[in-house]
Amino acid sequence: MMMSSELNWQPDLINKLEKKSVREAYGNTLVSIGSDKSVVVLDADLSTSTHTSMFQKKYPDRFFNVGISENNMMGVASGLSWTGKKVFVSSFAIFATGRAYDFVRQSVCYSDSDVRIVATHAGLTVGEDGATHQMLEDIGLMSGLPRMRVMVPADALETEQIIRYVYDNRGPFYVRLSREKVPVVHDSETFRYGRAETIVDGSDVTIIAAGILVSAAKVAASYLKKKGISARVLNMATIKPIDRDAIEKSARETGRVVTAEEHSIYNGLGSRVAEVVAERYPVPVKRLGVNDVFGESGKSWELMDKYGLSPMGIVNKVEEITKVTI
Amino acid sequence: MHGSVESANLEEIAREVRKSIVKMTYEAKSGHPGGSLSATEILTYLYFSEMNIDPANPNWPERDRFVLSKGHATPALYSVLSMRGFFDPSLLHGFRKINSLLQGHVVNHVPGIDITAGSLGQGLSNAVGLALAARIDKKNYRVFAMIGDGEADEGSIWEAALSAAHLKLSNLIVFLDRNMIQLDGFTEEILTLGDLEAKFRSFGWAATTIDGHSFAEIRKAIEWAKTGEGPKMIIARTVKGKGVKFMENNPEYHGKPAPNEEKLKEALRDIEGM
Repeated sequence: MMMSSELNWQPDLINKLEKKSVREAYGNTLVSIGSDKSVVVLDADLSTSTHTSMFQKKYPDRFFNVGISENNMMGVASGLSWTGKKVFVSSFAIFATGRAYDFVRQSVCYSDSDVRIVATHAGLTVGEDGATHQMLEDIGLMSGLPRMRVMVPADALETEQIIRYVYDNRGPFYVRLSREKVPVVHDSETFRYGRAETIVDGSDVTIIAAGILVSAAKVAASYLKKKGISARVLNMATIKPIDRDAIEKSARETGRVVTAEEHSIYNGLGSRVAEVVAERYPVPVKRLGVNDVFGESGKSWELMDKYGLSPMGIVNKVEEITKVTI
Repeated sequence: MHGSVESANLEEIAREVRKSIVKMTYEAKSGHPGGSLSATEILTYLYFSEMNIDPANPNWPERDRFVLSKGHATPALYSVLSMRGFFDPSLLHGFRKINSLLQGHVVNHVPGIDITAGSLGQGLSNAVGLALAARIDKKNYRVFAMIGDGEADEGSIWEAALSAAHLKLSNLIVFLDRNMIQLDGFTEEILTLGDLEAKFRSFGWAATTIDGHSFAEIRKAIEWAKTGEGPKMIIARTVKGKGVKFMENNPEYHGKPAPNEEKLKEALRDIEGM
């Protein structure tokens, strides 16, 4: 018998977990790398939300608010990059990837521009603003573009590392952040580009998660352990290029794979993992994500529970795939 | 300036550029001669008489930049670049062909090309970025760009226009190739653009209108554009297909080369007689 109080975010679980803002982590890291005069930051009238405003305060000469014009922002970013600037552009995920898609495609990716798109407010945890702002297709849009590398940090500390990584390396990159403060997963710096991180080891099933769902997978794994199921948890912070070897190894060693993400079940982490499993070592795969529907208004963690993007949702998938009633 | 050319020779160079446009599109059996022929004098003037560039060192940091936002006018730009010495003219034979350098639309991996374009309405934003970078770095290079009139249908052109004016980018000089024709027909029949000079002025630009086939007027306009605050828009009245009678003002030749050997010869004769 499942204990919903243990496995749903609401009403208690989310309050028990230590949470930190990934947006603040982004802003702080921008400030820390800002002493490099080649760093230029652009935003499209959302700087106080994306926290690029922190960079603006410290380095007003290298921050440009282009107004509500995401297409123009991507083009300007490309132009700046071709003079040797390390350009960061920020907006909400919906606008940075959806509205500006063709600009990202031509002016950033096809042009091979040294541009880093760091988008906040991805997924359902936008909350009250509802479906118009809840981007659930961005990983698919960005992963499909040649040259683009796609990263989704699991928490604030990993955000800092990823921002430093994309600063140290040539773009284009897409980094996906949440509006909501997210549970802390890491107590030390563990991010390695293109490598899955084993959060929990296990042998019966592998849960491959990204973003907020990594913390959900951790909670789910400890619950499953009590029920006699040994679940491995992988944090797949780099979604493109994905760690094929880690996926194959887990498929081989645990025989079952569950994926979990705050994204459409189409074209995101789950799709990528399923492709690798199918090609390299076919075993059953179950994908947890938003099931081809738009979101809606509500509190972030209410929405995550309603759409099953919770430890409960993960345990349900494990139940389906192991055919064990938990 | 590196190897600038006296205006007496510009007419002759423009004639060679036009022949090259017609020949390379004929050889490729595709491409956009109409909007290349309308842009010929402007590109010729910029590359042979105005821009501070060094073909032997195409990435020279102090160079003036040029952005062909109407990225389909590659036959004109590739011809000019090759004649100016950025790459071997024999490469023009590969235009639009598999495994060749010269793609159908402008790509920045070609020597002399700074900005990739093709999907319309993006190049002007790229030009804003280049011009802004000059200010950040306190450099003196100028950024020239060319947009099409049909391209001004794109909303993003007006985003970029707002941006350039807001940022007071005095080092940005843009030509609008006002040939009155886009793929499907005449611009004013498809989407009324009206008085573009007034529109850009109302967006905060200094704007003027010239005959885009007159080297004297192009020269005068650029001298004008070197003075005063903010971005400059030069509306260049041009003739689509200019120099080839059967292509002139004919929407059919927006994206279609001379259809046969006979027509190719006729086109070259027309150009020779200009």
